[in-house]
Amino acid sequence: MASEGSHNTVGVTDPDPIIGPGHTFETVTDKISAIVLTRPVTPGWVLGLLISFGALMLLNMVITLLMIKGVGIWGIRIPTAWGFAIVNFVWWIGIGHAGTLISAILLLLHQRWRTSINRFAEAMTLFAVMCAGMFPLLHMGRPWLFFYLMPYPNPMWTWPQFRSPLVWDVFAVSTYLTVSLLFWFVGLIPDLATLRDRAKNKAAKIIYGALAMGWRGSAMHWFRYETASLLLAGLATPLVVSVHTVVSFDFTIGIIPGWHTTIFPPYFVAGAIYSGFAMVLTLAIPIRKFYHLEDLVTIRHLDIMAKVMLGTGLIVAYGYLIEAFLAFYSGDQYEIYMMTNRFKGPYAPLYWMLISCNIIIPQLLWSKKVRRNVGLLFVLSLVVNTGMWLERFVIIVISLSRDFIPSSWGMYYPTRWDWATYIGTFGLFFTLFFLFIRVLPMISIVEVRSLVAETNEEKAHS
Amino acid sequence: MAQIFHRSSNFAARLSIFGGVVIVGLLSFALYEIALSPWYTQQFVKRQQPVPFSHRHHAGELGIDCRYCHTSVEKSSFAGVPPTQTCMTCHSQIWTNAAMLEPVRQSYRDDKSIEWIRVNALPDFVYFDHSIHVAKGVGCTTCHGQIAEMPLTERAGTLYMSWCLECHRQPEKYVRPKSEVFNPYYEPPPGDEQLKLGKELVAEYKIQVPQHPGDMKPLQTCSTCHR
Repeated sequence: MASEGSHNTVGVTDPDPIIGPGHTFETVTDKISAIVLTRPVTPGWVLGLLISFGALMLLNMVITLLMIKGVGIWGIRIPTAWGFAIVNFVWWIGIGHAGTLISAILLLLHQRWRTSINRFAEAMTLFAVMCAGMFPLLHMGRPWLFFYLMPYPNPMWTWPQFRSPLVWDVFAVSTYLTVSLLFWFVGLIPDLATLRDRAKNKAAKIIYGALAMGWRGSAMHWFRYETASLLLAGLATPLVVSVHTVVSFDFTIGIIPGWHTTIFPPYFVAGAIYSGFAMVLTLAIPIRKFYHLEDLVTIRHLDIMAKVMLGTGLIVAYGYLIEAFLAFYSGDQYEIYMMTNRFKGPYAPLYWMLISCNIIIPQLLWSKKVRRNVGLLFVLSLVVNTGMWLERFVIIVISLSRDFIPSSWGMYYPTRWDWATYIGTFGLFFTLFFLFIRVLPMISIVEVRSLVAETNEEKAHS
Repeated sequence: MAQIFHRSSNFAARLSIFGGVVIVGLLSFALYEIALSPWYTQQFVKRQQPVPFSHRHHAGELGIDCRYCHTSVEKSSFAGVPPTQTCMTCHSQIWTNAAMLEPVRQSYRDDKSIEWIRVNALPDFVYFDHSIHVAKGVGCTTCHGQIAEMPLTERAGTLYMSWCLECHRQPEKYVRPKSEVFNPYYEPPPGDEQLKLGKELVAEYKIQVPQHPGDMKPLQTCSTCHR
């Protein structure tokens, strides 16, 4: 990145900027706040929201049916007791990780390009974690007893089994949600104050005003804001690594073949970031087009995110390689069978699709032309999202459906309610996202303003 | 431009921080109290029965043995609710015209059971067996309370798992000699003497408590009761 940074000092006209030319504090504020405050409601947005809301209602229906009939409406049958619910849980929670990486780790590393994507990436994290959190609860079969997962003084005199990663998961995910929410909200405060000051509508003034918590932009406010952001970034940083590590432990406690390679935690974390960046791209590319934000979310941003994807994708590829290697190296007949079953078994097409989606096709990202081709990048992001979903399916279903005794083998087929639950969580995710882009500034006004200040200073020096 | 919020909003905002903590605290406390209250657990709540049967009169004043009516308590998981014939062994001779007992006579004439209201009922996911408890020196009154003092029967315990575990974790605090199991007026020896006696009885009756740290705890294993 060092050589790329030197671009900024070459001259006034940066050939590859992280913010379009000609921006001042005023234009940045106008442009971002206008999306929320003055832009009329467009038919495209309404249509998008309606479709998402329809899917959300589908989720509503599935959950109701699930409460009445139980988890049997899904395709989970012994031996495959973990079906779509766990696949989707791991997939959604993985997606969240990119938001935290962008907002926390890149903040601590002073990566300036994060400023125009961190807000909606964080929103993506929040919504993805909500979707993810729902699956284990529904999978319990009696979701209304979810509070049994929490240690609290109760008349049964029992505690959760603290030696089980499934309990750690509860803490990991709820901590993750809390910290992400706090981080997102703290970052929003100065922007909410901007919206409060610019809003014409009385109700908007009151709502944004209440949420801005009396922000006046005094030096003391800024000082505390910066401190809080740094502290929260510090808190969130370990979460990028810990949450998916704990998720990978959910597997390693099982006695099932194929869940034991010690590379699981790092390879899960890399996979999470991989899919997360793919999702950020999936969201960023249409948003920057429809809301004309090409000068804030520039080609340079897309290029960098594609590079992160390529990097994490290679780590994931290494993970697959080691997984296969260890299965044969172990000499354990069950591990070896699990691997050959992946290659040639009934689910083999999914395994090879996974390899194509996650390893082979993303190699296109080595080319700068591909990384800067917006349409192609969008398609690639979808491919990687699919690939990462398949990865979880392969790990969970192939191992469970054929374990030690052939007499206990059994195939897993998702039912239409499995699909409906999955599609339903998309409904939840996109409904929240559509609402988010209309009522909150989807790009951090404050941080882009400070970016403008910095780049202007650099230009002045040169 | 006029201010959107009045000055007092600052105070309200600050107050809400403490308010939130206090409300969450109070709410948790209230929920806990409700969960333990007789209103929720039906502990100490007298149930109206088709015939106002008094354990105080029968088991206490008259001194009828528990097993006279609850015949299967030593042999079965269920202590047994007596059939009308058991009532009629006496009431065909005494109080034969008492209005209060008309439902009993009617039940006898029609050969139709009296529909007693169950006072102590465990949920179906709990396996409970009266016979083993009685055989190991757990007295009737240990769980059913001062039954000989109850004009109308009431639940003596919360029936929460914690209530079961109190004894399953430390049976020596509750067991009594087998000869005293059906004595409704049994008083355990005071303080440490009960513990001393209890330990002896636990050993004598071979109640399965761990002998060394790290041993299995059969009385506390999930599947002992949740089979």
